Amino acid sequence: MHASVRPAVSVNVNPPTVTSGREAATPASMRMNINKLNFFYGQKQTLFDINLGIATSKVTALIGPSGCGKSTLLRTFNRMHETVRGTRLQGEILLDGQNILSQDVTLLRRRVGMVFQRPNPFPKSIFDNVAYGLRINGSKLPIAEAVEKSLRHAALWDEVKDHLHKSAYELSGGQQQRLCIARGLAVEPEVLLLDEPCSALDPISTAKIEELLVQLKDLCTIAIVTHNMQQAARVSDYTAFLLMGQLVEFSPTPQMFTTPSDPRTEAYITGRFG
Amino acid sequence: MNPRLRWRKFVSNFMLTLTGVCAAVAVSALFFILGYLVYHGGTSINWDFFTKLPAPVGETGGGMANAIVGSAKLLLLASLIGIPIGFFGGIYMAEFSNSSVAFVVRFAADLLNGVPSIVIGIFAYTIAVLPFKHFSTWSGGLALGFMMIPITLRSTEEFLHAVPRALREGSMALGASRWRTIMSVVVPAAYRGIMTAILLALARVAGETAPLLFTALGNRYWSPGWNQPTASLPAMIYSYALSAFEDWHRQAWAAGLVLLALILIVNIFARVILARGAAVPRS
Repeated sequence: MHASVRPAVSVNVNPPTVTSGREAATPASMRMNINKLNFFYGQKQTLFDINLGIATSKVTALIGPSGCGKSTLLRTFNRMHETVRGTRLQGEILLDGQNILSQDVTLLRRRVGMVFQRPNPFPKSIFDNVAYGLRINGSKLPIAEAVEKSLRHAALWDEVKDHLHKSAYELSGGQQQRLCIARGLAVEPEVLLLDEPCSALDPISTAKIEELLVQLKDLCTIAIVTHNMQQAARVSDYTAFLLMGQLVEFSPTPQMFTTPSDPRTEAYITGRFG
Repeated sequence: MNPRLRWRKFVSNFMLTLTGVCAAVAVSALFFILGYLVYHGGTSINWDFFTKLPAPVGETGGGMANAIVGSAKLLLLASLIGIPIGFFGGIYMAEFSNSSVAFVVRFAADLLNGVPSIVIGIFAYTIAVLPFKHFSTWSGGLALGFMMIPITLRSTEEFLHAVPRALREGSMALGASRWRTIMSVVVPAAYRGIMTAILLALARVAGETAPLLFTALGNRYWSPGWNQPTASLPAMIYSYALSAFEDWHRQAWAAGLVLLALILIVNIFARVILARGAAVPRS
């Protein structure tokens, strides 16, 4: 593949504050800050001293080869790693300046939602899938309106509005994934985490979801893990490149894909490994 | 054709025939028993069977109304004991326990499942009949309930394990607690399998005789209450089939047919539940 992978989305590049690696960005523009994060799976350390900021109302992409720890890192942002036995975490993860590790985990996950690699709708109707988060949180909002709003945000409303009470399993894979996004948006999270949301989807569904992500920036802050560099280039404002549990480079996406500062980043994005 | 190839074809055809013959033997034995039961039961059954009490010894006629009601009461008690304990125990096993606890409980459940039903009967006799010095309906329900626990527990556990982890994560990522996740997402995803297993467990204990001989005992009249012995279909079949009277043999056949019909209905019901709606894809 040729060296220059051009970002398809033009980006307002504002910060010289975010340059590379170890520097923490200014907290004001950051929804989340990750400070000196180390992660262990049993005895094995999988993340080393990660420092990273997730900019408010932007898309931040985490890229890297398989097994580099990008999904692990993303899953610490709403403490999903705690559902796996034998994991341990050191360091600090701040959401709006407060450490998430000392907060109630269910409240945290209402503020930091997640969409997974494979679409995982519940065995319920389309409507009940989206309403689930509202119901468990005892939302006072009129549920039907909130469901419609979320489905519209996820660009799924027009396709499903006439059969909201059908099983979610009757939707196609791409529709199911957008349903999962709608489900996550329904509780109005401040941050939405996406863990390779398109890896199980065909190119057309992928394109729809990418388009959606760019629009969703106004609604919430987005962090996305992807193994697809072109996808990172198309949808993200900032990109973090991880390699073997280390954060190699963290910069505005156009800069990352045109003038990477680290030779390892350049090697990866030009397709020399991974 | 070379001999090697001919030999292989021969073995293949031979084994295929063998499996077919075995399947035919299994099916024909089953149909023979069923046909025999339906024939004898069908010619013996009448309206009196469902509505009348057993006739006094020596007279012909009468029915097993008390045994039908007795069986229903015993199954109700067994369900009240066996289903909640098995179901919630299965949830604990699948969702909360660490591997060593799970191993011990699973082992105990499998063992309990293999214990002969007469031993369960003696156990229930020891704890629920001896201390009170009389046989009772509830001690019979207790014995059948014990028999339902391991089946319900193990199948609940198995079906919950089969629910993809992704569903649990999806729910927890929305801020649901573990209990909420289990009750609103995981159990509904496994609900049809669990329901089927519970109904089949119920069908199985419906035909158990041995545990009832020491507990519910039997009764030729309406059972006066939960604290008194009651008649039940399996126990009636046992005593009527062993009796010297032609008319009692007839009624034992009829009782067998009614039990069979009961199990058939439960099976059909279970299958209807299984067929409804789309299954959760396994990943």
